[in-house]
Amino acid sequence: MSGREMLGIALAAVAVAVLACVPLMLGDYGLSLAINIVSYTVLATAWSLFSGPTRYVSLATVAFFGIGAYTTAVFVESLAWPLVLLIATAVSIVVAAIVGLSTLRLSGVYFVIFSFGLAELVRQLVTWFEVNKTRTLGRYVFADITAAQIYWQLLALAVLVFAIGFWIGRSRLGLALRAIGDDETVARHSGIDATRAKVALFVLSTVFMTLTGAIMAPRWTYIDPAIAFNPVISFTVLIMALLGGVHRLYGPVLGVVPLALLFEYLLARFPNHFSIMVGLVFIVIVYLIPRGIAGLVEGAVRKPA
Amino acid sequence: MLFEVTLSGVTLGGMYALVAMGLTLQYGVARIMNLSYGELLIAAAFAALWFYSGLAINPLIGLVVVPPIAFALSYAIYRILVQPLVSRAKTRDALEVDSILATFGLLFVIQGVMLALFGGAYFSYSFLAVPLKIAGATVAANRLLALLLAVAIGLGLYLGLTRTRIGTAVRAVAVDPVAAQLVAIDVRTASALAFALGGALVAAAGVLVSMFLTFNANLGVVFTLKALVVVIMGGVGNLLGALIAGLILGLVENYVAVFVDPGLTLAATYAIFLLVLLVRPQGILGRSSR
Amino acid sequence: MSALLEVTNLSRRFGGLLAVDALGFSVAAGEIVGLLGPNGSGKTTVLNLLSGVLRPDSGTVAFRGHAIAGKPAHRIARLGMARTFQLVRPLASLSCRDNVLTGLAFGRRNAWGTAARTDADALLDRVGLGRAREALPGELTYIDQKRLELARALALDPELLLLDEWLAGLNPTELEEGIGLIRGLSGQGITILLVEHVMDAIRSLCHRCLVMNTGRLIASGLPTEVLADAEVIRAYLGDETDA
Repeated sequence: MSGREMLGIALAAVAVAVLACVPLMLGDYGLSLAINIVSYTVLATAWSLFSGPTRYVSLATVAFFGIGAYTTAVFVESLAWPLVLLIATAVSIVVAAIVGLSTLRLSGVYFVIFSFGLAELVRQLVTWFEVNKTRTLGRYVFADITAAQIYWQLLALAVLVFAIGFWIGRSRLGLALRAIGDDETVARHSGIDATRAKVALFVLSTVFMTLTGAIMAPRWTYIDPAIAFNPVISFTVLIMALLGGVHRLYGPVLGVVPLALLFEYLLARFPNHFSIMVGLVFIVIVYLIPRGIAGLVEGAVRKPA
Repeated sequence: MLFEVTLSGVTLGGMYALVAMGLTLQYGVARIMNLSYGELLIAAAFAALWFYSGLAINPLIGLVVVPPIAFALSYAIYRILVQPLVSRAKTRDALEVDSILATFGLLFVIQGVMLALFGGAYFSYSFLAVPLKIAGATVAANRLLALLLAVAIGLGLYLGLTRTRIGTAVRAVAVDPVAAQLVAIDVRTASALAFALGGALVAAAGVLVSMFLTFNANLGVVFTLKALVVVIMGGVGNLLGALIAGLILGLVENYVAVFVDPGLTLAATYAIFLLVLLVRPQGILGRSSR
Repeated sequence: MSALLEVTNLSRRFGGLLAVDALGFSVAAGEIVGLLGPNGSGKTTVLNLLSGVLRPDSGTVAFRGHAIAGKPAHRIARLGMARTFQLVRPLASLSCRDNVLTGLAFGRRNAWGTAARTDADALLDRVGLGRAREALPGELTYIDQKRLELARALALDPELLLLDEWLAGLNPTELEEGIGLIRGLSGQGITILLVEHVMDAIRSLCHRCLVMNTGRLIASGLPTEVLADAEVIRAYLGDETDA
C-alpha cells in the first residue's frame, strides 16, 4: 500500500469519526436530513458499483429498496434485528440472481427494460399478496429503533460499501469489469466469465440497496406498496450517481449532497411540481455534465498539467 | 365465456400491437430507446377525455386531431433533445445509454405535468358503451370500434412503409443506417420522421384506449413497459412480429386476469418476457445477427 | 499422433448465406498451418466458430480432446486457445500492462499480484513493447497495438494460437520481425493457425496450408503445392496481385 493510500485511509477514518458524532450535534430536522444523505450515499454508490464499470443502466433500485423495507415490516416485531437484515439480504440475492442470470448474458438493453419494470412487478406482486392473503394493504412498522441508531447503521453500511468498492477496484473482479466495460468479446477471449462477473457485481450492489431499505423502514412507521416501491427513489439514485460521476468510487457522493439538499428545498417549495423539477434537473445533467462532477474535477486538475 | 374473453383479449392485444409498432419505429429505425413513450399515450388519452367531456367533441374527431399534434411534438423532441445526443455519441451503445437517460428524465417531466393538471385519480368517460352480440358473445361497441380502428391504422402503416418511397427509405435505415446513406437516403430526416411517426401512432393508440379503459397519470410507465416487451418479443424493427407478440400478450393477460387473478397480469407479462429472453432473445420473427 | 485440433463437418449459416459449409480439418501439435482463401470465403467465421464468438449450426470441434463447439469463449480460452482479431481490439481504458494482465489473471496461468505484473512486463518485452508498459493503447501506433494484442493472447499461455491477419499492414522490416516472432513462438511449442493474405509470410512460415472458397475447403497441402493448384488459382483470380 502506498503512502498516499495510507493517508487517504487515515483521512477517511477521521471523516467517519466526525460523521458518527453528527446525531449528537444536530436537532431532529438536521438528523433526518443527514439520514437522507447517508442513505442516498449508500444507494448511489452501490448503484454505480455495478452500473459504472459495466455501463448497464439499472432502473431497479427501488425494487430492492422496497424488498428490504417490506422484509423489515413483516419480520421486525417477531425476529431479532440481525436476523431481519439477514433475511432481507437472502431475498435480494435470490431476486438479483434470477434477474441477472436471465438478462445479463444478453445485450444491455434487455437488462434496462427488465430493470425498468422490476419495481412495478414486485410492487404488484406484493399488493396482490397483501390483498389476497393478509387482506390489508398497509403495514405498521413498530420497531424500537431511534433515529440516531438508524443513522449509525446507515453510516456503517456506507463505510462497508466504500470499503468493498475500494477492494473491488484493486481485485481481479475489478480488472475483469473494466475489461468487460471496454470490450466484452475481448474480455471473454481473455478467459473472463463475463456473465458471472456481472451477475456477482449486480447481486452485491443490490444487497446494499436492500439493506438500506430494511434499515430505513422504521423511519416511516407505516408503509404500503406505493411508499416502499416509489419509482422516484430509483430515479433520484440514478440522477445523483450521474451528477457525481460513476467512474470513480467517490463520484456518487459528490452528486448526493447537493441534490439531496436541492430536492429537500424543491419538495418544500413546489410539492406539486416536484416531479417536473426533478425531471428538468436530470435532463440538464445528462446534456451538460455527462461525466459528472468527478469528471469535471479531474478535467480541471488535468488541464494545467 | 372463453370466446368472450378471447375477443376482449384480441382487442387489448390489438392496442398493444399498435403501441408497439410505434415503439419499434422509434427504436428500430431512429435507434432511440424512448422511455417516455407511454407518457404520450396517456397524454393523448387525457386530450381525448378533455375533448369529449370538456368540449363535447367526439373521440373519433380527437383521433384525427391528436396524432398530428403528437407527430409535431415528437418531431420537435427528436430535433431538439435527441439529435444532440446522436451527434455526440461515439458508438451505438453510448447513444443507447444517453437516450435511455434523457427520455427517462422526460418521462418524469411529462408525468409531472399531467399530475399537476389532473392529479393521480383514475379517469374514464362513457362513449358508445353499448353491448353488442357477436356469435353469442357480448362485447362493448367501443372496444370493437377501437379494435377495428387499430387494425385500420396498423394496416395503413404497413402499406405506407412497404409501398411508398419514403417508407422504403425508413425501412432501409432500420436495416443499415450506413448503407442507407450510401444510396442517398437522408438518415437524419428518415430517423426524425420515424420517431415522429412513432409518436403519432402511440397518440392514436392513446385516444383509442381512452374509449374503453380507465387511466391515470401514472399509467404511462406500464404501457411503455408492455410496448418494450412486445417489441423485444416480436423482434426489434419487425412490424409483423409486433402484431403477433401484441396479440399474444393481450390474450395471455386477459386469460390470466379472468381465469387466474387480475392482480397477476403484470406477472404474466414478465413470465412471457423471461421465457422469450431465455429461449429466443432475438424475438419471434427476429433474425439472429452475425 | 493425435491432433491438437480436430474439426469435423462444421457449418454455420447467416440467413440465406452458408458461410461455413461442412468444413473438416485437423491441426497437429507443433504445426504452423495457414488458412487461406479470397475475401468472404469464411476464414474469419471459422476462427469465430473455433474461439467461441459464434456457435456452429452443426459439426464438432475437438481441442486437446475436449469437445468445444458452442462452448463459451472464456472456457475455450482457459483450455489454452488464444486469438488476435483482424481489426485490433485493445482494451482501451486499460494500460498495456493491464491489457496483458487480463490474460494472465483469468487464463490458465491464474496469476495475480506482483508475480503476474512481472510476467506481464516480460511478455510486453517479448513482443517489443517494453517501453510502453504504462501507456494506454490509444497512444500506440497501429503496429504496436497489434503487438499488444499478441502479448495479451500469449498471456493465456496458449497451446494453439489463432492469428487473424496479424501480419497485414506491416512494412517490410516489421514483416521480417513479425515472421521471426511467430517462428520463435512455434519453436517454443505453440501451435499456430493463421489466416493470412501475405504470401511471402505463408511460404516462409507455414508447414501446411488449407484453402477455403465460399465456405468450403478446396485444397490442402504444402504451401507451394497448394498455391499452384488450379482450383486455388481460379478462386483467387483477380486477387492475384495480392500474392
